[in-house]
Amino acid sequence: MKSEERSFRIVDALLLLMMIIPFLCGIALHVMFKPSSDDIEIAGALIFFTIKMPFQDLPITESQVNSWLVIIAVFFLCLFLTHGLSATKPTRRQHLAEMAIELAENLVHSNMGDYFSGFVPFVAAIMVLSVFSSLLTLIGLYPPTSDFNVVAGWALLVFILITYYKMKCGPVHYLKSFGDPVPFLAPLNIISEVATPISMAFRHYGNVLSGSVISVLVAAGLQGLTKLALGRIEGFIGEFPFFQIGIPAILSIYFDLFSGCLQAFIFAMLTMLYIATGFPEDDYKEKMKKKKMKLQKEN
Amino acid sequence: MVELAIGIILGCCALGAGMAMIAGIGPGIGEGTAVASACEAIGRQPECRSTVTTTMLMGCAVAETTGLYALVIAILLIFVAPGRFVNILLENISNLG
Repeated sequence: MKSEERSFRIVDALLLLMMIIPFLCGIALHVMFKPSSDDIEIAGALIFFTIKMPFQDLPITESQVNSWLVIIAVFFLCLFLTHGLSATKPTRRQHLAEMAIELAENLVHSNMGDYFSGFVPFVAAIMVLSVFSSLLTLIGLYPPTSDFNVVAGWALLVFILITYYKMKCGPVHYLKSFGDPVPFLAPLNIISEVATPISMAFRHYGNVLSGSVISVLVAAGLQGLTKLALGRIEGFIGEFPFFQIGIPAILSIYFDLFSGCLQAFIFAMLTMLYIATGFPEDDYKEKMKKKKMKLQKEN
Repeated sequence: MVELAIGIILGCCALGAGMAMIAGIGPGIGEGTAVASACEAIGRQPECRSTVTTTMLMGCAVAETTGLYALVIAILLIFVAPGRFVNILLENISNLG
C-alpha cells in the first residue's frame, strides 16, 4: 500500500516537472538566441533556422517552437489532472478536471445544439491552446498568437470545418446557398464566405499584437519621462527608471490577462457559431428521412 | 536626392499609418453603443446578466474587426512597407545608373 502511494507521488512529480520544463526550455532558448538591445524593440518572431524545401524555404521561428512547447505543457497538464481518477474517492484535481469538462460541454451544448456534441474536445483544445499561448507573455516569451501565421492556420482549420458542414447536404445544396436570398448577390456571399477565416485570424492576432506593441511603447515612453524628470540628478536616482515600476503591470493585466482570455473565448465562440449556423439542419434531417424511406421501399 | 526620396517614403508611410487608424472611430462608437444597450438591458432585467454580457462581448469582438483591419494596415505600413519601398527605389536607381 505504501509503495503504491509512493509511486503515485513520483509519477505526480514527474508530470508536474514535465509541465514546467517546456516553459523553462522556452526561456532558455529566448535568452540564448535573442540579441539583446536597449532600444524600443518591436519585431516579429525570431527565426531560429530555415529548412531547405523544394518550393519555399521553411523557417522555424519562435512562434512555432513556443506553440509546440505550449502543446507539450498542456498535454502533461491534462495527464496530471486525470492522474489517479476514482469513482469513489475523487481528489481535488479530479473535481477541477470535471468542472472544466462540464463547463466546455455546457458551452458547446448551449451554443451548437445536440448534433454537435462531438465538438467538445475540439473547442476546448482551441480555447486552452489559445489561452496558454497568449499568457506566455507573462513569463516574457513571444506569444505564438501574435504571429499571423499561427492564427491563420487555426482559422483555416475552422474554415475547412465550416465548409464541410455546409456541404453535408451535397455540393449542389452548398452552391445553391450562395444564391440566397437572390442570385444577384452571389459575389457578395462569396466574399463574405472568404472573409470569415481572414477576419477571425486578424481579430485574434491583431488584439494580441496591438497589446504587446502598446505595452512596449508605454514602457519606452515612461523611460523617456523618467529621464526628463530625474535625469539631471547624478548617480543612482538619475539612472533608475522609477516610472517604469508598476504602471506597465496595470496595462499588462488588461492586455495580457483579460484580452488574452477574452480573445480565446471569442475565437472558440465564433468557431462554434459559424459551424452551427452554417450547417443546414432542417434540410439535412429531411434528406436523411428521404434516404430512410428509399431504403425501406427498396427492402 | 536619394536621401530626400527615402525621407519622403518614410514620412508618407508614417502619415498613411496614422490616417489608417482614423478607422478606430467607427468601432469605438459601435462598441460604446453596444455596451450602453447592454447596460440598459441588465438594468431592466438583472437576471439576464450573464447572457447579456456574453452576447455583448461577442458583438464587441465582431464590431472590432474593422478597426483591426485598419490596425493591420497601419502595422504593415510601419514595419513592412518602408523597407520594401526603399528596396524598390534603390533597385530602380541601380538599374538606371
